[in-house]
Amino acid sequence: MSRTISSDRLGTGEAPTAPPPSPKFNWAWLGVAPFFLFAILFLFLPSITIFFRSFEAPDGSFTIDNLIALFTVRDIINSYQASLSISVITALGGAVFGFLLAYAVVLGGLPAGIRSFMVTFSGVASNFAGVPLAFAFVATMGNAGLVTRWLESGMGFDIHEAGFTIYNIWGLSIVYMYFQFPLMVLIMAPALDGLRREWREACENLGGSTRHYWRYVAFPILMPTLLGTMILLFGNAFGAYATAYAFSGSFINLVTILIGAQIQGDVLFNPGLGNALALGMIVIMFLTMLGYVYMQRRAARWTR
Amino acid sequence: MRSRIWSWIILLIGFIYFFLPLFATFEFSMRMLKGRYTFEAYRVAFTDPRFFKAFGFSLLWAVLTIIISLLLVVPTTYWVHLRLPRLRPTVEFITLMPFVVPAVVLVFGLIRVYGRYTFFVSVPILLIAGYVVLSLPYMFRAVDAGLRAIDVRTLTEAAQSLGAGWGTILFRVIFPNLRVAILSGVFLTFAIVMGEFTFAALLVWPAFGPYMEEIGAMRAYTPQALSVVSFLLTWGSIGVIQRIARGAPGQGQIAGAR
Repeated sequence: MSRTISSDRLGTGEAPTAPPPSPKFNWAWLGVAPFFLFAILFLFLPSITIFFRSFEAPDGSFTIDNLIALFTVRDIINSYQASLSISVITALGGAVFGFLLAYAVVLGGLPAGIRSFMVTFSGVASNFAGVPLAFAFVATMGNAGLVTRWLESGMGFDIHEAGFTIYNIWGLSIVYMYFQFPLMVLIMAPALDGLRREWREACENLGGSTRHYWRYVAFPILMPTLLGTMILLFGNAFGAYATAYAFSGSFINLVTILIGAQIQGDVLFNPGLGNALALGMIVIMFLTMLGYVYMQRRAARWTR
Repeated sequence: MRSRIWSWIILLIGFIYFFLPLFATFEFSMRMLKGRYTFEAYRVAFTDPRFFKAFGFSLLWAVLTIIISLLLVVPTTYWVHLRLPRLRPTVEFITLMPFVVPAVVLVFGLIRVYGRYTFFVSVPILLIAGYVVLSLPYMFRAVDAGLRAIDVRTLTEAAQSLGAGWGTILFRVIFPNLRVAILSGVFLTFAIVMGEFTFAALLVWPAFGPYMEEIGAMRAYTPQALSVVSFLLTWGSIGVIQRIARGAPGQGQIAGAR
């Protein structure tokens, strides 16, 4: 109470003085130097190289032909189309089915043990990808697969005669779904937990039905999480290589498969075009990431 | 009541989707000898000397990856928490980069930059670097969450006032306190590196992933036996994580060995 100096100062509008910023180098930065060095060497340098070489003609001069080729060369357009379709299909499918499954185990009135089992299993399944996953599905629905044989012996239905093949986008989508929807379950289960009982009660007190609750309360709250995870699933499928390669070799002309072929031997007969192909992928993934971060921020509003 | 029936139906579909491929794989792997179920495919798989070589290589690289990833992520994250909190979003952004730059694109870039130097081709440095990049997102997430749960500043000051240097603080105070967080990162990295295909195949290193793929192109039945082995590895790793870190986030991962 006796210290009136500060209030005097306030009265005269004089700000309390802060120490001047020291011009000295902040040595604390050295502590993170190894990490940044690693990131520069093995993440940024390769990415930036891809960017610059995309503008390089075979003779080394500057050109934007490679970028134009992304939108004009048949093989490349096809590969982007295939990759985009499979990513959209499995993101939508994974989101819908993952959401339903998460809803069933969290709010569906099932025994409590089922939930923890399903979440554990989703953790495993979302990590079970690549070569072994491809083999698993060959054993399931390949030419001599279990389901194929069941259909043949049990129902007398020969899928090959019906002109059905699993080595196309739809077949590969079924395979991708195996690691896609568990991820949705893993993210959605806690989000569904976050729906507070009070919100439902408030809705009921205002005379709302279950449908009103979902339409005007729960769904809008879950929407950012749902969309964000869908974007995540999209990127997850878009960047996949090993699963597709082991499943169908180069039957399905995905962008990743094309880049892989470009690494093993210049199949496009133009190194610059290969770089542009990779750059296109980085751009799409970057936009995906931005969308995801934005959605996550929106979702975080309700979890405070 | 009606909604509960729907829950069971969806659960049933989920169960079938999860377990049918696993059952089919197992069944397929037992069918090597005509007309009866045997473990012949497993015998063939496990008597191939190349299996042990490839598996051993992957094991070695997994261990190296884990060590380097830990040495890179733990001190950095600790330091960021202690001294440079404003840098945290930047570090987090970097650890999420493997999502923006998929494995196959990163390999492409790495070869463009380092492919002409024999040093980088004769030593698996690009492979390990790629694996470390893959491990960054969840290693960072795990360590970051772990550091948030402990009072970094107080622990550091307590250690300092007892005369500990930075090395002692890091290895005898911070690392032990992060044990659970670190272990989940470690086992996830292990699960991913053991079956990884993209980096190993495109950088031409004889790892377990490319070996499996090669067997898959050559033989029937044995690939499914390897697939079962690989699934058990994944299951084991994730099982350990869930046991040590009950309900901790970050078990689902993106940008891994897809």
